[in-house]
Amino acid sequence: MTTHQGIGAAVKRKEDRRFLLGKGQYVDDIVLPDQTYAVFVRSMYAHARIKGVDTAAAKAAPGVVGVFTGDDIAADGLGGLPCGWLIKSKDGSNMVEPAHPALAQGKVRHVGDPVAMVVATSKAAARAAAGLVDVDYDALPAVGLLADAFKPGAPVVHDEAKGNVCYDWHIGDPVATDAAFAKAAHVVELDLTNNRLAPNAIEPRAAIGDYNAANDHYTLYTTSQNPHVIRLLMGAFTLHVPEHKLRVVAPDVGGGFGSKIFHYAEELMVTWGSRKIGRPVKWTADRSEAFLSDAQGRDHISHARLALDGNGKILGLQVSTQANLGAYLSTFGSSVPTYLYATLLSGPYDMPAIYAEVKAAFTNTVPVDAYRGAGRPEAAYLLERLMDKAARQLGIDRIDLRRRNLIRPDQFPYQTAVALQYDIGNYQATLDLALQQIDYAGYDKRKAASAARGKLRGFGISTYIEACGIAPSAIAGALGARAGLYEAANVRVNPTGSVTIFTGTHSHGQGHETTFAQIVAEKLGVSIDNVDVVHGDTDRILFGMGTYGSRSAAVGGSALVKALDKVIDKGKKIAAHLLEASVGDIEFKDGNYRVIGTDKVKAFGEIAFTAYVPHNYPIETLEPGLEESAYYDPKNFTFPGGCHLVEVEIDPETGVAEVVEVAIADDVGTIINPMIVDGQAHGGLAQGIGQALYEEVRYDAEGQLTNGSFMDYCMPRAADLPNFKVGNHVTACTHNPIGVKGVGECGAIGVPPAVINAIIDALTPLGVTDMSMPATPEKIWRAIQAAKKQGA
Amino acid sequence: MATIKLTVNRQAHTLECASTTLLVEALRDHLRLTGTHVGCDTSQCGACTVHVDGKSVKSCTMLAAEADGAEITTIEGLATGGELHPMQAAFREHHGLQCGFCTPGMIMSATDLCKRVPDPGEHEVRHWLEGNLCRCTGYHNIVKAVRAGAAGMRGGK
Amino acid sequence: MKDFAFHRPTTIKDAVALLKHHSGGKFLAGGQSLLPVLKLELAEPTDLISLAHVKELHDIRHDGGNLAIGALVTHDQVHRSLDVKKAIPALATLAGGIGDAQVRNRGTLGGSVAHADPAADYPAALVGLGATIVTDRRKVAAEDFFTGLFQTALAADELVTAVHFPVPRRAAYAKFAHRASKYALVGVFVAETPGGVRVAVTGAGAKVFRVPAFEAALGKKLDASALDGLTVPSTGFNSDAEASADYRAHLVGVMARRAVQALA
Repeated sequence: MTTHQGIGAAVKRKEDRRFLLGKGQYVDDIVLPDQTYAVFVRSMYAHARIKGVDTAAAKAAPGVVGVFTGDDIAADGLGGLPCGWLIKSKDGSNMVEPAHPALAQGKVRHVGDPVAMVVATSKAAARAAAGLVDVDYDALPAVGLLADAFKPGAPVVHDEAKGNVCYDWHIGDPVATDAAFAKAAHVVELDLTNNRLAPNAIEPRAAIGDYNAANDHYTLYTTSQNPHVIRLLMGAFTLHVPEHKLRVVAPDVGGGFGSKIFHYAEELMVTWGSRKIGRPVKWTADRSEAFLSDAQGRDHISHARLALDGNGKILGLQVSTQANLGAYLSTFGSSVPTYLYATLLSGPYDMPAIYAEVKAAFTNTVPVDAYRGAGRPEAAYLLERLMDKAARQLGIDRIDLRRRNLIRPDQFPYQTAVALQYDIGNYQATLDLALQQIDYAGYDKRKAASAARGKLRGFGISTYIEACGIAPSAIAGALGARAGLYEAANVRVNPTGSVTIFTGTHSHGQGHETTFAQIVAEKLGVSIDNVDVVHGDTDRILFGMGTYGSRSAAVGGSALVKALDKVIDKGKKIAAHLLEASVGDIEFKDGNYRVIGTDKVKAFGEIAFTAYVPHNYPIETLEPGLEESAYYDPKNFTFPGGCHLVEVEIDPETGVAEVVEVAIADDVGTIINPMIVDGQAHGGLAQGIGQALYEEVRYDAEGQLTNGSFMDYCMPRAADLPNFKVGNHVTACTHNPIGVKGVGECGAIGVPPAVINAIIDALTPLGVTDMSMPATPEKIWRAIQAAKKQGA
Repeated sequence: MATIKLTVNRQAHTLECASTTLLVEALRDHLRLTGTHVGCDTSQCGACTVHVDGKSVKSCTMLAAEADGAEITTIEGLATGGELHPMQAAFREHHGLQCGFCTPGMIMSATDLCKRVPDPGEHEVRHWLEGNLCRCTGYHNIVKAVRAGAAGMRGGK
Repeated sequence: MKDFAFHRPTTIKDAVALLKHHSGGKFLAGGQSLLPVLKLELAEPTDLISLAHVKELHDIRHDGGNLAIGALVTHDQVHRSLDVKKAIPALATLAGGIGDAQVRNRGTLGGSVAHADPAADYPAALVGLGATIVTDRRKVAAEDFFTGLFQTALAADELVTAVHFPVPRRAAYAKFAHRASKYALVGVFVAETPGGVRVAVTGAGAKVFRVPAFEAALGKKLDASALDGLTVPSTGFNSDAEASADYRAHLVGVMARRAVQALA
């Protein structure tokens, strides 16, 4: 290798060429012979009893080959969509898990709940026929807002979930926390909401089911972040077929951000439907359909109290959160507001006592599940808003208050009061780096320049932490996870020394085809051009749990390293034989096996060739071939963290807030490819700023979605965002072989509170003390008017 | 049904399709040019952007019948002789793409800008791209790539 | 989308005759408003009569006091036309802020005017400048043309062929865009014309309207400060999750002042 392509190199992406040429292959690009098209009839009611579904006219419509309803799938014994995480309430009882059929049975529970699937020879024919399906509804009162879900007399979404409670869970030590508050010099209280978001990957979900009657085998092409998980769930819970009879392929996938983790009704229906009609069945969502059927994110209401001593040192935290789970439990919906949220409430701070309660609600809305950050943005938002309020209340500089409470480097490993043990970090270093990146010393000048232009400038900070690399299977299992969370890798060295690796993670924008090849380059000394990375096909890859929670490098990359180590070790045995030395005397470095201290060398390529052409080979003690597999189960979570700084300019006349500066310093552990790491941070920041300023899924009290298209759900555009200054301070993760922590979500976690803190900072001189997300121009303008009135 | 003659990526085609066929459907379904994508149904996302007679257009908001007689360029027609177009090369160089789904539309939109404005400033690029949504990159590297791609186009490379 | 017959007339006469003959049909200009409507099946015309090949609809002519723009001229062409920039720069600026680049490449003046979206930009310019809408059979003053929410004075088979804009001394348009759709939440067009100052507002109500109080104040003193303390009542204004009627009313004042400051 002439140039360094291994870990740390900003090499260009291997996967780019096909995308740039328009040759990517996404699910909707696939056309199978004799393919048919599915369209789903969806409820327009938020809550209704289905009195009958008349499909006769649709069945008779031109081109229609099948119309299926909830009765049909019930008759065929299709299982309901399962939830992968059992949460137990305070009293030890299991969460309420209502049935979640792929097509509604008896009742619909949210706008968009699928009632029937119409399959026809063209999409136009299917759509026309879908309009002929006559569903006789008996409308029921609905609960559209989390704020109403627990009110006495609220409409009940599921009869078995009294008061719409799915679970009432808690974590931490209430007694120690009460004691902390009892001795506190200051108590800071805050009520806040975390706004509901639509993930909106630009590629809408799609699926093609293809049943082959000749060998009783199903193939499902689906827009998934984790095809093996889908196969597992379909095999065991929904389709009830043995796994060897089901292949799940997730080809190029156009972004996921969590929303493509889950097992959805449509992919089950097209797979099942393909068997029923004997032809492939394809479904592609429209964007408006995505708003009604993709799992959404966030949607919390919280009350938080922070206890501090006279010096501004935190003594304890009490949090009471209500979380919206939507109409049904999505695949991981239950885990997000609990183990992915409340366990992060210590943030990067030394916090002796924490007690958090989370009450989860069913509502007549689309299910809520993991969306970029998943629980951790909610925790960071709560804490960082609280820290700023504490700083104002105590009259301590907000940066200073954070410095007084950040966990010190010498405190690691740090055991939090909410179960997690942070292995390593340096929060002071990321804070300092971020301040340097934004030129904090020059802030007053910039503020004055803004003022001269009639703008109010504000500075906002957030120091945050997240937990990634999910997850140690045993710990997750003890906490209710119904799956292991390891990862698998297979390394196939080809006879000429090129390498094909197979990973159970899935790349849908993250650049694994490059970064995983870099890991191979680093370990084996081969060029990344000689490495192919295969993902997204259960028939080609031994196993995998997929990509979410910033886990791919930390867990999948570690599995890959383990497999590569096995390859290297086997190569040593072959080299020892060829070089007539003992295995213990062979070292592998820069792509060469060498007898230590000599010039006796065999290149990796020669060893590979020998493994497949074993003419001179220790055949009695060693099998031919050079292919190894490994599974890796992480020992702990990883804990990326850092500091996000934002400057906003507010136009006091219109209330428009513009993010004009963003400087961040993250610690994501070892960096495999700095270019890709920065890109991941940029994308997260855009979604985080989107949450803070632009985005919100709006339901009305009756459960009607009022902004279900890009015409009224505001997606951040290029002109809405500034350039980002991204810095990194690395402390390597202590418990995985690469030292990576994960970078996929940090931007979305750290930046929302920094934006809102900056807005409140800008408006503090006017008397504004609170602001909710998204901080729309009208909200800001109203806050200014209200403060003026109060001041007058 | 309608008969539509159009030139796509320098190749003449005659299509028989329903009058309701959108240009994007003609490209994707009839000509199997699947590099042009559909990301929304309200003409906002721009993933379907192609050039019609040299101008960027949302092919989901144009009937194939309206393109009768037109010269169409899609993402598949941008590179010549196996070599990336300077805008494509710049997107790779500056990591202006992640999942790749919005990328064809972004690139077709960007090349239209740079034909009009050979050296667009950052502000100009950000405003021009209002018709293209990206959920992955935060636009930071796209803006960089478009400006570098403009330089490449000026250089005639 | 429901099936329709597609026609490509080459003259205004033929186009109008076609629609007379196919009363369930619609004219198709750039399609940037009509196609989304058809895709949502909010309209189901039996025939689409494409105007793209009607050459006489594509001209921009500037003769001293008058700027005549053909109905099929795209927003992008208006934005970049040297004639428009010279005669009414505010109109070129307005056209450059409609939708996005791709929409401007297809969307047309005539299409926008005939569609009469309450949040479209052009109606503010037409009413603000006192333009005249020319159809295949008559001329209509802009103020008489826009009659309500998506409603115009056009007969069912009547075709907008051009808009005649009297050239003002100075004009400016200030828009506060809906953040998702980019339509005007509030857009205010201010024009200093030989007949006095005109202020027209789009986006705030069911249709474009003038603000006599602002016009009177600016007639006395054409300076943003003349509007200090003046407000418009929010009665009848649009109100939605993006902006309440009160906020829109407030923005009318802010945008009017900004337009006055930008007069050119």
